[in-house]
Amino acid sequence: MITLLREQWDLLLEKRWLVPVLLIIGFGLAFVIPEFNLLSVYVQLILMYVGINIILAVSLNLVNGYMGEFSLAHAGFMAVGAYTAVLLTMKVLPVTDFPLLFPCAVLAGGLAAALLGMLVAIPSFKVRGDYLAIITLAFLMIVKSMIENIDFIGGPRGIPGIMKLTTLPWVFFWTVTLVWMIRNFIYSKYGRGVLSIREDEIASDLMSVNTQQVKLFAFMLSSFCAGIAGALFAHLLQFISPRIFDISKSTDILIMVYLGGIASIGGSILGATLFTVLLELLRPSTMAALLSWLPSFVFDPLNEHFISHLGVWRMVIMPLALILVMLYWPRGIMGLREFRGFIPRRDREAHHLNNPHGEDPHDITNRH
Amino acid sequence: MSEGVVYWLQQTLNALQLGSIYALIALGYTMVYGILTMINFAHGDVFMIGAFFCFLLSSTLGLTFVPTLLLTMLGTALLGVVIERLAYKPLRQAPRVSAIITALGVGLFLENFTLALAPYPKHIPMLMENVTWNLHGISLSLIQVVIISLSLGLMFLLDYIVHRTPIGMAMRAISWDKTFVPLMGIPVDLIISITFAIGAGLAGAAGTMYALAYPVIDPYMGIMVGWKAFICAVVGGIGNIRGAMAGAFILGGVEIMVVAFFPSTYRDFVAFTLLILLIIIRPYGILGKPRIQKV
Amino acid sequence: MTLLTATKVGHQFGGLCAVADFNLKLHYGDLMGIIGPNGAGKTTVFNLITGVYRASEGSIHFKGTELVGKKPNQIAALHIGRTFQNIRLFRDLSVLDNVRIAHHAQASYTPLEGLLHLGRYRREEQRIIDNSRLLLAIFKLEHLAGETAKNLPYGLQRRLEIARALAISPELLLLDEPAAGMNPNEIDQLMDLIQWIRQEFKLTILLIEHQMKLVMGICERIKVLDFGVTLAEGPPKMIQNHPRVLEAYLGEIPVV
Repeated sequence: MITLLREQWDLLLEKRWLVPVLLIIGFGLAFVIPEFNLLSVYVQLILMYVGINIILAVSLNLVNGYMGEFSLAHAGFMAVGAYTAVLLTMKVLPVTDFPLLFPCAVLAGGLAAALLGMLVAIPSFKVRGDYLAIITLAFLMIVKSMIENIDFIGGPRGIPGIMKLTTLPWVFFWTVTLVWMIRNFIYSKYGRGVLSIREDEIASDLMSVNTQQVKLFAFMLSSFCAGIAGALFAHLLQFISPRIFDISKSTDILIMVYLGGIASIGGSILGATLFTVLLELLRPSTMAALLSWLPSFVFDPLNEHFISHLGVWRMVIMPLALILVMLYWPRGIMGLREFRGFIPRRDREAHHLNNPHGEDPHDITNRH
Repeated sequence: MSEGVVYWLQQTLNALQLGSIYALIALGYTMVYGILTMINFAHGDVFMIGAFFCFLLSSTLGLTFVPTLLLTMLGTALLGVVIERLAYKPLRQAPRVSAIITALGVGLFLENFTLALAPYPKHIPMLMENVTWNLHGISLSLIQVVIISLSLGLMFLLDYIVHRTPIGMAMRAISWDKTFVPLMGIPVDLIISITFAIGAGLAGAAGTMYALAYPVIDPYMGIMVGWKAFICAVVGGIGNIRGAMAGAFILGGVEIMVVAFFPSTYRDFVAFTLLILLIIIRPYGILGKPRIQKV
Repeated sequence: MTLLTATKVGHQFGGLCAVADFNLKLHYGDLMGIIGPNGAGKTTVFNLITGVYRASEGSIHFKGTELVGKKPNQIAALHIGRTFQNIRLFRDLSVLDNVRIAHHAQASYTPLEGLLHLGRYRREEQRIIDNSRLLLAIFKLEHLAGETAKNLPYGLQRRLEIARALAISPELLLLDEPAAGMNPNEIDQLMDLIQWIRQEFKLTILLIEHQMKLVMGICERIKVLDFGVTLAEGPPKMIQNHPRVLEAYLGEIPVV
């Protein structure tokens, strides 16, 4: 009986109409939920943050996971996208009259970030590994520092009062589109080029891969997505300042990527979702709401001794959980593995489903 | 002496002080990287814990400078070994990046744990009587002298240990080749723990010095200082002890000089731009050696 | 017809001279071997031709184009393929992907088409995968297409490397010690394989080798290097009895 069900399930997954139908359903839900408040405003907010974080994680995974680098600059690209879009919607474009100008502003944010991504790509031609990591770190600091020094865009105080233009349908649209584009990139000659650079850059060059071009495209695509995420983020939080886009933000995205699994789109989606949702769950208010069904004699002491302290201790629990995950799944929960649905049919056979637990004991991996 | 020279010398003193603190932290990064090729991102937070140890010892036990310094160094050294054994050792065969992310987690844990216990910034009681002298217009304080001389002393001690003792030789051997060194009877685990202990102890010393110079501390103070010290280590050629010291004094110098002549908000911008240029010009750091790849 | 001409090529590493006054003329269809003691500069010659190093003196002409100064991927795109002394496969990638990647320069679709999977993407990708499977079939590796490259036994890895090099559609193939680590049986098979692919793919082959059985067996001409300098060049019989060659090897040549 179980095998029959599994067979039906596998058959279903193979149907070509599955993805378009799911997308339509998803898109429909994205409209309907806010319209009729099917979920609380709080939950809708969380869903939007999950979407934005998915974009950030998947795009960072392209550079850190698939290409095997260690970029710390992602928050910087986010910042560029955010500030560009905000400046457009607040000072230049009449967004209230023409709502469709919002995606244009978001796109502009992405393009601005992509241009800066080019700047980071150039040192990557000569420099790899930890030294490139430092350059990305320096780049992040420079972006942050530059924003702080330009009073016109608010300087260290930031820009308050941004219009809340980001909605669930928009987040759904951008998340699906960007994840789809990154997935396409990976399963194209450019994505294979990225992987070959990670494996052996010199051999890759000698096998006709234009490594400079591939690196350029990868960085630009990655930062483009981060810029869009930043633009969406700004119009959701309604306030941006340089302090938001500092090294801690980059670190958060890093955690999402490595938690979920390197070189795995599904992994990044998982990591981003887990990270965002768990952090929210561990809030005293959320935890209390979730456990409110418990009888009073159980709930009250729980609340007093445990839940009320969560506010302070949840940020202690999260890193501990991260450490534990790393100890058990060093490459992340879905490291180097992928949901079959993301892999194009043509690539299914070629996609080596690496066994993350079957490590070669002689593999002194200095790369990763 | 002319005013300009006085100003320069004053700033040089400040740079030496800042550079000393960066150096003590950068050494821990570079030693651990040299021996394990691992970036210990929790290191900056060990520095912060050092400052908090210092606070605990001086405010609750009322200890003076020297015992505080020694006990803090001991405490952080111990912390370093504990972290290494619990969080890093199990990941030695795992891809390098996992250990780095774990280090990030450990750092976050230390920060937020401290925050949970000490939600407000703490003020450290005076650890020593400060005396200021005026030499031809240059203001020199006892604290500055103590920081600079103690730091230099510790650095020379470390340099001696690494280059002229058997333990140091073992450390350098492991950094060159980890597979075959145990076959020569070197207790690799012990040496690695010692390395972490020394690095963390130095960070603890840096924490104490910092507390001496800037008596207000908070749980997030280790973040920026930690990242900057990491950069010093890389600029000097990561894995290279003398390079880390050089990098630290360079960064300290650059920061102080920028603030001296430009608006202070430009400090990070100029410092990091110079850093990028430096790495592009000398991709392996000032004293670093590229690992030659044979094709 | 001349395919490759190297004229007075020289290269130094720091103060050490790796290759000096290197001259080579390859005609279409040649099968030439380069031999010499270790450190003689043989792989350096390969690296100079393929652009890993930029020759400090001299020039290398390939079908009328100057190779010196070009980047490795440009030279590969000109249809020069190679294998490596120590196998340099993409170890964590699948066998099929290793071969597919070498098609990079030949796949003519733009990044935008790649991002959207439109236009020429489908056609080119199908072509790539078909050609890759074909190459794997020729080398009897098609049943291992999904296997991770590092899991293959040594002999198969060497075969895969050759298959990958052929994915470039090379006119010139450089083989760096293809017989390393092989037993006499495998060497026989390799000799047959090399001659077969030379005919099938209309290749010009330049190979570096220590195994004299293979070199003397299939090479039409042999060049001997030592300390970066050419000691002798000519057909196998001549090289076998050449006094300077024997001297350089100090009698290390095993009796064939």
